[in-house]
Amino acid sequence: MYLLYSLILIVIIILVGYIGAGILGWYTLFSIIAPYFALGVFIVGFIYRIVLWARSPVPFHIPTVCGQQHSLPWIRSDTTESPHTAWGVVSRMALEVLLFRSLFRNDRAEFRQPQRLLYGGNRWLWLGAMVFHWSLLVILLRHLRFFVEPVPGCITFLQYIDGFFQWPLPSFYVTDILIVAALLYLFCRRLFNPQVRHISLLSDYFALLLIGGIAVTGILMRHFYKVDLMEVKRFFLGILSFNPVVPEGIGTIFYIHLFLVSVLLAYFPFSKLMHLGGVFLSPTRNLMNNSRMVRHVNPWDYPVKVHTYEEYEDEFRAAMKEVGLPVEKNE
Amino acid sequence: MAEEKLKKPEEMFEVSLTPGTGDWMEPSAGFRKGTYCYGAPLKHQKYLDLPNQREWQPSNEDWKLPPDWKETILEGMERLIKRHRSFRLFLDICVRCGACADKCHFFIGSGDPKNMPVLRAELLRSVYRRYFTPEGRLFGKYAGARDLTEDVLKEWFYYFFQCTECRRCSVYCPYGIDTCEITMMGRELLNLVGCNIQWVVEPASNCFRTGNHLGVPPHAFQETLGFALDELKDLTGIAIEAPINRKGAEILFVAPSADYFANPHWFTFLGYLMLFHEIGLDYTWSTYASEGGNFGLFHSMELAKRLNAKIYAEAKRLKVKWVLGGECGHMWRTLHQYMDTFNGPADFLEEPRSPVTGTRFENAQSTKMVHITEFTADLLYHNKLRLDKSRNDQWKITFHDSCNPARGMGLLEEPRYIIRQTCNHFYEMPENTIRERTFCCGSGAGLGADENIEMRLRGGLPRANAVKYVKERHGVNMLACICAIDKAALPPLLEYWVPDVGVCGVHELLGNALVMEGERERTTNLRGEPLAAGDGEGDVR
Ligand code: SF4
Ligand code: SF4
Ligand code: SF4
Repeated sequence: MYLLYSLILIVIIILVGYIGAGILGWYTLFSIIAPYFALGVFIVGFIYRIVLWARSPVPFHIPTVCGQQHSLPWIRSDTTESPHTAWGVVSRMALEVLLFRSLFRNDRAEFRQPQRLLYGGNRWLWLGAMVFHWSLLVILLRHLRFFVEPVPGCITFLQYIDGFFQWPLPSFYVTDILIVAALLYLFCRRLFNPQVRHISLLSDYFALLLIGGIAVTGILMRHFYKVDLMEVKRFFLGILSFNPVVPEGIGTIFYIHLFLVSVLLAYFPFSKLMHLGGVFLSPTRNLMNNSRMVRHVNPWDYPVKVHTYEEYEDEFRAAMKEVGLPVEKNE
Repeated sequence: MAEEKLKKPEEMFEVSLTPGTGDWMEPSAGFRKGTYCYGAPLKHQKYLDLPNQREWQPSNEDWKLPPDWKETILEGMERLIKRHRSFRLFLDICVRCGACADKCHFFIGSGDPKNMPVLRAELLRSVYRRYFTPEGRLFGKYAGARDLTEDVLKEWFYYFFQCTECRRCSVYCPYGIDTCEITMMGRELLNLVGCNIQWVVEPASNCFRTGNHLGVPPHAFQETLGFALDELKDLTGIAIEAPINRKGAEILFVAPSADYFANPHWFTFLGYLMLFHEIGLDYTWSTYASEGGNFGLFHSMELAKRLNAKIYAEAKRLKVKWVLGGECGHMWRTLHQYMDTFNGPADFLEEPRSPVTGTRFENAQSTKMVHITEFTADLLYHNKLRLDKSRNDQWKITFHDSCNPARGMGLLEEPRYIIRQTCNHFYEMPENTIRERTFCCGSGAGLGADENIEMRLRGGLPRANAVKYVKERHGVNMLACICAIDKAALPPLLEYWVPDVGVCGVHELLGNALVMEGERERTTNLRGEPLAAGDGEGDVR
């Protein structure tokens, strides 16, 4: 059901782009107003969410420890999974953010007869996620060539490498293929893995389809409906210098691509995609395991009602004296 | 539990991890016998000044909620979101990737999809969306949002008391989302309208009043300690002393109260006493702080703090230098990650230093409390104890990492070192089920109630299954652990799933192996069982 709704949503978005820009010719709206608006929402929304998280207090020191603590000098501690130095935390976070360390642990519980419960290694999700996110990053970086002049050498180089393999056809970028494959995998997993399907919400399908739509229109634009790249670049430079001009003679497909990206940008801060920023702030991962070494202060701490020793002794004094336990007050 | 016949293990084992096609947003809470815990009794609600005091059972139709319960919960939620970054962040960033889904022992053992950590959190997250996010307010169900209704509240209760706050899910989540944290918040909210369980509130109230969960008054504590000393005299021929409430001792020792009242904890208790005597430790027990465990942690941060306050207060009153703590799981979660924040700074204490080896425990330099396995491992490493390993030869041992010391502290090698030094036969369970990936006993976080037996057996299934594996492979017949709840929960669990495997504490093993100055020749272990043949002399170290 959710899948259907999100499909309909995506189709509507594409149609809006198609009709608006392709048929009605509202170029200004789709090439200038929508992108500016989306970018504005994205920047303001993203910062707002991050600031909100960052300013929320972390009252208790709650790292999830995944390795040997630092204790006695002759026991080797795990400096990454149970970091007790700032560098340890940096390495833990780097592993988490760059290599998806925790997903790499993934396994799958399975029942077998007679009465066996097994855990099979299951790294497909890790692989799919890695391929997807890294391809996305490379593709984003590649796109920089449309936004900066002159194009930095490293970007050109990246683009060169990405296209180097000439696979499966000359002029294809590897990452284009990979990202579509990874998206397909993630999508099928959501659809066909009963556990994941059970927990999936409309927004989960929507995000996948939206990014998929962007990837596909991008590929179409490059290989099938060739667009004038110089014009595209002129357009983006105009946008960035706050001197926008409506591009001329660019196919409708470009507008659809651009509109999908605009929708993604505007949607981003309201969605789970914010995990991009949130992962850095996760208190179970970014704190050192030095809870007994350095005192952690709770900013909203307040006094509570306790049962004092005096109250305790008052209740039990007679009995304590009788058996010879020392007491404070001897009346 | 006697009135309801339990299923046979073969039947219980029939679990499907494939959720049906139903919509989880429909609230559901079975309250089937054996799968939930009783409500907190009025007397103890009163003693602790809890809100909405009344006699009440979860299975009742009418929960006698206050008329403004909904506002109370929503206000509480807003407060918690403002106070805990973890809460706000974890509610916001879950991508429902499902990596955590089959990591929870309750899901594996019950197949109930709402026991997948991600769904457990969604139960609360859906309400958060509805009242605290623009998309949830606007699009309702289509944004994954639900109204807060009484049925939803009941569902929360059912599933937040089917989570042992073990944090295994958090290890696997790519963002470290800790469903334990969500459960804690969920329970905080339920408390606001007076919904908590007997097995949490009663021990907490006892602890508040008498200093320990079992409600043992000071004179009875002294008597119990006396029994232990008599027993040790019979066993070793040595008259051991154990001071209570003694001012000016160097060290205050705090153990979970089950150690001096329950079985097989008792033998660990004996082990402590023997060790302290043998090294001539200048220490004291306390009756006021006669509990290291903290059931307040399973209730609310506030109650956890109220109970925890006693340890530092007593250390100050008795003018000790530092504090040593016994074998317990959630006790150490509290001591390691919360105590200093709750009730510190402990500037009236000194940085812990072993009086025997001179080792400084700089990892405890602020909190000033040392785990007994850290302390003992250090003694063993410096060869300060004479041991006869063969006295544990009748056992083939495996070690269960209790969740809290493992994932809360990273206390993995210390207990293993002690086991290797005191036993000849030690076998690890499969890697996916130990250390940071350890499976809970299924009875933590206050869920160890008798009436909850089916859920406990289900939750303990993954742990038991791993034990079964080493039993079949290596003939393991004893499981060592360092958690008081484990020691209470695992014997019935193993009896059900893997008969003939016992449960012991690490310091019981030490007590068996420890060769004491002037002891008489031992013919039995601490449990009074005859020692394995060919023993007595031999490999004394
Ligand atoms: S692993 Fe983390 S992000 Fe994935 S579903 Fe579970 S809680 Fe959500
Ligand atoms: S904390 Fe433990 S019991 Fe609770 S959801 Fe996570 S894995 Fe399950
Ligand atoms: S009782 Fe033991 S195994 Fe269960 S949650 Fe607590 S520490 Fe973990």
